[in-house]
Amino acid sequence: MNDRDPSLARLESDSLHIIREVVAETRHPVLLYSIGKDSTVLLHLVRKAFHPLPPPLALLHVDTGWKFRQMYAARDELAARSDIELIVHQNPEGLRRGINPDEHGAELHTRIWKTEGLKQALDSHGFDAALAGARRDEEASRAKERIVSVRGPGHRWDPRRQRPEMWRLFNVRVGAGETLRVFPLSDWTELDVWRYIRHEGLEVSPLYFSAPRPVIQREGGLIMVDDDRLTLRPGEVPEIRDVRFRTLGCYPLTCATESPARTLDDIIEEVARATESERRGRLIDAAGEASMEAKKREGYF
Amino acid sequence: MPAEPLRLMLCGSVDDGKSTLIGRLIHDLGAIPEDVLSGLVGEDGQADLSRLTDGLAAEREQGITIDVAWRYFRSPGRAFIAADAPGHEQYTRNMATAAASVDVAVLLVDARQGLTDQTHRHAQVAALLGLKSFVLVVNKMDLVDWSLGVFDKIAAAFAALCRSLNVEGQAVPATARSGANVVGRGETAAWWTGPTLLEVLESLPDALDAAAEAPLRLAVQMVLRPDGERAYAGRISAGTLREGDSVRVRPGDQTARIRRILGPEGPVPGAVAGQSVMVVLAEDRDLGRGDVLCAADQPADSADQMQADIIWMSERPLLPGRPYWLKLATRTVPGQVTAIKSRLDIRSGADLAADQLVLNDIGRCNLALGAPIALDAYVDCRDMGGFILIDRETQETVGAGLVRHALRRASNIHASPLSVSREARARSRSQKPTCLWFTGLSGAGKSTVANRLDQMLNHEGFHTMLLDGDNLRRGLNSDLGFTEADRVENIRRVAEVARLMADAGLIVLVAFISPFRADRESARALFEPGEFAEVFIDVPLQVAEQRDPKGLYRKARQGELPNFTGIDSPYEPPLAPEIHIRTETGTPDEACLHILEELRRRGRL
Repeated sequence: MNDRDPSLARLESDSLHIIREVVAETRHPVLLYSIGKDSTVLLHLVRKAFHPLPPPLALLHVDTGWKFRQMYAARDELAARSDIELIVHQNPEGLRRGINPDEHGAELHTRIWKTEGLKQALDSHGFDAALAGARRDEEASRAKERIVSVRGPGHRWDPRRQRPEMWRLFNVRVGAGETLRVFPLSDWTELDVWRYIRHEGLEVSPLYFSAPRPVIQREGGLIMVDDDRLTLRPGEVPEIRDVRFRTLGCYPLTCATESPARTLDDIIEEVARATESERRGRLIDAAGEASMEAKKREGYF
Repeated sequence: MPAEPLRLMLCGSVDDGKSTLIGRLIHDLGAIPEDVLSGLVGEDGQADLSRLTDGLAAEREQGITIDVAWRYFRSPGRAFIAADAPGHEQYTRNMATAAASVDVAVLLVDARQGLTDQTHRHAQVAALLGLKSFVLVVNKMDLVDWSLGVFDKIAAAFAALCRSLNVEGQAVPATARSGANVVGRGETAAWWTGPTLLEVLESLPDALDAAAEAPLRLAVQMVLRPDGERAYAGRISAGTLREGDSVRVRPGDQTARIRRILGPEGPVPGAVAGQSVMVVLAEDRDLGRGDVLCAADQPADSADQMQADIIWMSERPLLPGRPYWLKLATRTVPGQVTAIKSRLDIRSGADLAADQLVLNDIGRCNLALGAPIALDAYVDCRDMGGFILIDRETQETVGAGLVRHALRRASNIHASPLSVSREARARSRSQKPTCLWFTGLSGAGKSTVANRLDQMLNHEGFHTMLLDGDNLRRGLNSDLGFTEADRVENIRRVAEVARLMADAGLIVLVAFISPFRADRESARALFEPGEFAEVFIDVPLQVAEQRDPKGLYRKARQGELPNFTGIDSPYEPPLAPEIHIRTETGTPDEACLHILEELRRRGRL
């Protein structure tokens, strides 16, 4: 690939360097896997970093029970054929209380399932570093994230106490109770991710590609009716539209966009011309101006 | 279109319109999504592009940029990765962080002001971090009616600055608010026939091309064993690698030949700077993380002493003699600054005398490392000449260093072997040499307990020596005061003296406040395991202050004794002392009996 696309090769090489540094220097790293396109690229890079050996770290999926059915199918397929161990964690409190976005709202749903669930999983397995596919171009507070970022006791992020990150030197030393978040795709853009997926022939969820799907209009967005987990409100009638997803989260909290993009080439052309931000479809980002930052301080990714 | 994105940093202050400029670049290239743009409404109801880059809540509250923000955009001609660095002096460390990851510095000034102190500071830091390509944006030209005279004057001053820093520079006039001469021409003046800012940025050369021309450097990240052979994984920092090439391994002086190179996709015949690969050697060499494969004819240096410029990034000052972790490329070793030669006046570039470096200072230092490492001068190779210093207690990154050169003294001074070993000296005294390090607040009772214990040990026939803080300060350490730097040096000398006495076979009692954990740890490091025992003479500050046997607390409270431990200088209690004595209750004799018992239990008596 190096001969064919130098800019992707450079991004790939820098990410491999980061992955190897962290695996070489931490005690018990884990790869956070969300089934989305960024996770898919990151998993591919982790495999490449150690090829032909199997990657020396497990995958962790912090599940909310509210992903699209096609996402679960993809995850289970990966677990079945994979040379990597897949750990699935669901917050027992969420299960017991039956937390869901419909009745409890996006904020509680996200906090219990994702933020608390992640902390539980990291603590119970004793992971000291979690690699994830977040990118700096996604959102304003992420633009200030380090590649290797320290979380204090309780997994809190303090943006004022971020370590300076010089050259390619990562300080992975932590004190008692501290853990690391590692973002090997920090310098990738949404367009880079799609070009790389095309270049490497990676398989991603069919939900990223446009197809006629049943949707309802809710709070200005298009919500796909994936199955009977979603309770329809009065007046909401599903209709079939050609939609796709730019980002995949919990399905009632992730809006679809109308799009004719049915192939990777279509998507790449669409992303290059996009006039809306990638996370526009994430309803949980919208609560309050510094919403992502506030969630990150509590331990969200 | 160049293969690599151009990595650049924007330096200037909010007042110069820096955030507006980067917002303008991204906006005019069509890279601000509409839903984001609609959220950027300022107080006047107009789109405020500066709000795009201030991503943290604290920044929006205070209207300043605190942290480096990374921005990604592309023109039809090139992709860009831009670091938006904060301008205020207290964020010099963040500016250095941005500069370490980019190849071009874009400096921004207000046309009404020209170059300011801040411009000089930014240029100095960027040049120090090895940037060779500078662009000056003379912004707010509309406010000087696009005056050619104003622009020429600023451009001439900038050219002089670039000459003094030995870097390439070009100046561009612009009005970021309207976008004139940023991406498009807009409303400029007829006299300006030069390029727009974007055209300048698109024309700058690619930095990796130069790295490929340099001699090979590949720092081993990890050893993997695919197919049963040892493969060394790493990213090529400089030069090229081909099958059959001879390499020299640093530190040390082994040579080897490259048998196989594995790219991310499988075997490749060769690889260049910037690529992450695995390498299999023809010979059986036992290399590990931190070893560096070098071009055989131009290898890196191998040294345990060096001179470097250090940018200090911690609230706690850098003090000579204090131990840190030093990480360079893929190796981490203990290291300490042995001398601060000078401090850089960032405005003028002049060297000033200094005995410590505080937050945002840049100083020239000599360093000694716990083991030899591979290194190059920073100007020759960023990856092999840039290092970080890590605090051993907090694990924070406290400094960044740029290697100037290895120091050769290490190889010229050899420790003279002594014919009588320390074991033999101790045997002739029928005792085990031991250092009892008494630490605690002034007035805690260190001298009292140490004196009494000294008497008891003598009475039992042991050979001892008592080193007392007040006594040594009258002689050996009479040149030292009570600043943090002097305290560190005070303890360093005492520790060395105590070690010599232990070498002579003595039981040494050291009674010093020694308030800093790190310094007591460096003292401990001079001794064999078990030889050093920290004795914490523990008393609450109120009690010590009540006792005040020398009247020092009273003076300190009246402001007559600056830097007095416990009052306006910190005391860091031991975390795991070998012996813990509370003198609030109990007599000195009881304390001594407890210490004797503990020493017997540990097999020292």
